[in-house]
Amino acid sequence: MNAEVRAIKTPAEQALVSAYERTRAALPSSSAVADLRDEAFKRFDAKGLPHRRVEEWKYTDLRALMRDALPLAGAPDAASKAKAKDAGKIFASIVSRKLVFVDGAFVPELSDLSPEAGLTIGSMADALAKGDALVAAHVGKVFPTDDIAVALNTALMGDGAVIHVAAGTVLERPIHLVFASSDTPSSNFIRSLVVVEKGAQLTIAESHEQNTSQVHAALELVIGDEAQVDYFKATQTRGLHVASLILNAGANVKFNTFALNSDASLVRNQSFVRFSGEGSVGGLRGVNLLRSKEHVDTTMTIEHAAGHCASREQFKSVLDNESKSVFQGKIVVKPHAQKTDTKMMTRALLLSDEAEAYNKPELEIFADDVVCGHGATAGALDPGLKFYLMSRGIDDKQAEALLIQAFIGETVEEITHEGFRDALMNGALEWLETRG
Amino acid sequence: MSLLEIKNLHVEVEDKKILNGLTLTIEKGQVAAIMGPNGSGKSTLSYVLAGKDAYNITEGDILLDGESILELAPDERAAKGIFLAFQYPVEVPGVATMTFLRTALNAQRKLRGEAEYSTPDFLKLVRETSAKLGVSQEHLRRAVNVGFSGGEKKRNEILQMAILQPRLAILDETDSGLDIDALKTVSEGVNRLRSPERSMIVITHYQRLLNYIVPDVVHVMSKGRVVKTGGKELALELEAKGYAQYSDEAA
Repeated sequence: MNAEVRAIKTPAEQALVSAYERTRAALPSSSAVADLRDEAFKRFDAKGLPHRRVEEWKYTDLRALMRDALPLAGAPDAASKAKAKDAGKIFASIVSRKLVFVDGAFVPELSDLSPEAGLTIGSMADALAKGDALVAAHVGKVFPTDDIAVALNTALMGDGAVIHVAAGTVLERPIHLVFASSDTPSSNFIRSLVVVEKGAQLTIAESHEQNTSQVHAALELVIGDEAQVDYFKATQTRGLHVASLILNAGANVKFNTFALNSDASLVRNQSFVRFSGEGSVGGLRGVNLLRSKEHVDTTMTIEHAAGHCASREQFKSVLDNESKSVFQGKIVVKPHAQKTDTKMMTRALLLSDEAEAYNKPELEIFADDVVCGHGATAGALDPGLKFYLMSRGIDDKQAEALLIQAFIGETVEEITHEGFRDALMNGALEWLETRG
Repeated sequence: MSLLEIKNLHVEVEDKKILNGLTLTIEKGQVAAIMGPNGSGKSTLSYVLAGKDAYNITEGDILLDGESILELAPDERAAKGIFLAFQYPVEVPGVATMTFLRTALNAQRKLRGEAEYSTPDFLKLVRETSAKLGVSQEHLRRAVNVGFSGGEKKRNEILQMAILQPRLAILDETDSGLDIDALKTVSEGVNRLRSPERSMIVITHYQRLLNYIVPDVVHVMSKGRVVKTGGKELALELEAKGYAQYSDEAA
């Protein structure tokens, strides 16, 4: 009875397997990349889509949720490129360098490729095809994981951004990766690599305005010693969005990430973060604004592999109707990572009796001189506070909006970049205004 | 017409009877003190007037300008000019006092069909009003009541009242938790707002506050109804003799 038990493949799994087999030769690959793809595909083929019996995917059963896999995106046509000119509006108020992608494919003619000292920008498809040295050095190696969503992305990765910021470079403007959808729903496998060398500083944002497409994205972010990175991600989707952030921080690094999900049907944002040098400080934060049957899953593994680092995780979800939020935060402190200081907090505000919030903090601590705290709350709006506001003339909806704004404000206020702080708060306020 | 008429009001909370046939009339411009022992229903009356749910009105009516307000939500009552200064003002983390004041003022004005305040006019109004009450700019920037002392919270209530300019202000135990200096400041703030166009219900357990806010009339409550009405000297009498006689009478 030692034969390997293989589940019958679902239609989505079958479609993904056949997509790989049919397009393998056409995917952008040097020979080394082809091997990387084959190895990743083999793992996907063996395990299939992650499902509820895989602990990390317990509350987001991708096998059940993905009824089918859409065909891979074709090259964007003129009409979809024209439409993409207006995409990324959540960050439109910020003066930034825009790089535009349609259905995951880089569109150079819509992108700002003006030269800047210390900055190199390229398309991932080009880099994969020509065996680019930066890609060879980092893709799949930043913080290796056996996660199947990452393996699936590696097997089918099509295009994305490759950004290199040379040592000591402080970029003038934030970089905004604009991901737009055409009118034809498709599967997009987006892979990006961002390498920030020693002492450099980068502010980078990603906006996804997605139709019913299925987006599988992965971003590998390498932060060199003494570098500083701020990363913002805003996701709107009527389809499926599975994104992995794979981050490796060197010594004395400062980084912050912030994710806003609003009007997002089905999102899995997973982060794999490793502190590999001493003295670094990292913050991971986010706000989810959910309604109808939306489902947003935030899952992270934060590995403190070096001592004297601090991490802060703070996530807030506002849930209306029958929406569902999942937070799984695992903090691992390696045996020699003494003086690690972590604090993880997740809070859910339930606006309806049918909404569900799942919170699962996990700590694995192998060092003895650390401070690691976590907390999780879920609750409704305080009727006493609401009455107080209403007794001053503020109506029911506006009173709730003020209290919701206050609830998420605590997390949004942590953003130090004024432009992004305002843009993300305005994004949240727009959601509140459209609340029925 | 009287501003407020409370007629034979019966109120229950979780099947417990709190108000038991309360009848009370407040005239325009009148300052009425309501005194009574703990548990006589004074605070319940204030919440019921402001429209807090969780109270079950089983009988009677509340008329403002001759019209029933029982079906109105708290914000609609506020727009009609009812203001409750809370005994225990709540902290509202994350909502700046200025935002709160402005949202409230403009929401009320909108409901009444009046123009909203412009930013400069609003800032001027708040600056002048807060200066008189000794509320600092620092407090206005902070979240509503968060980290405020008891006295600061009460002053913030009176500040809201001064800005919202209600026609009927209900002050629920505004003196509780105040030292003598704070009591004076708050009372002066209240007295500045006395006008023929504004009525006040001053709910208090002790006579002390009434030395500063001198009432036109004093009502004594016991067991959910008004058991005696008199002039301001009634408060002094209560201070001397206590509430025992009314408790016995109602028993």
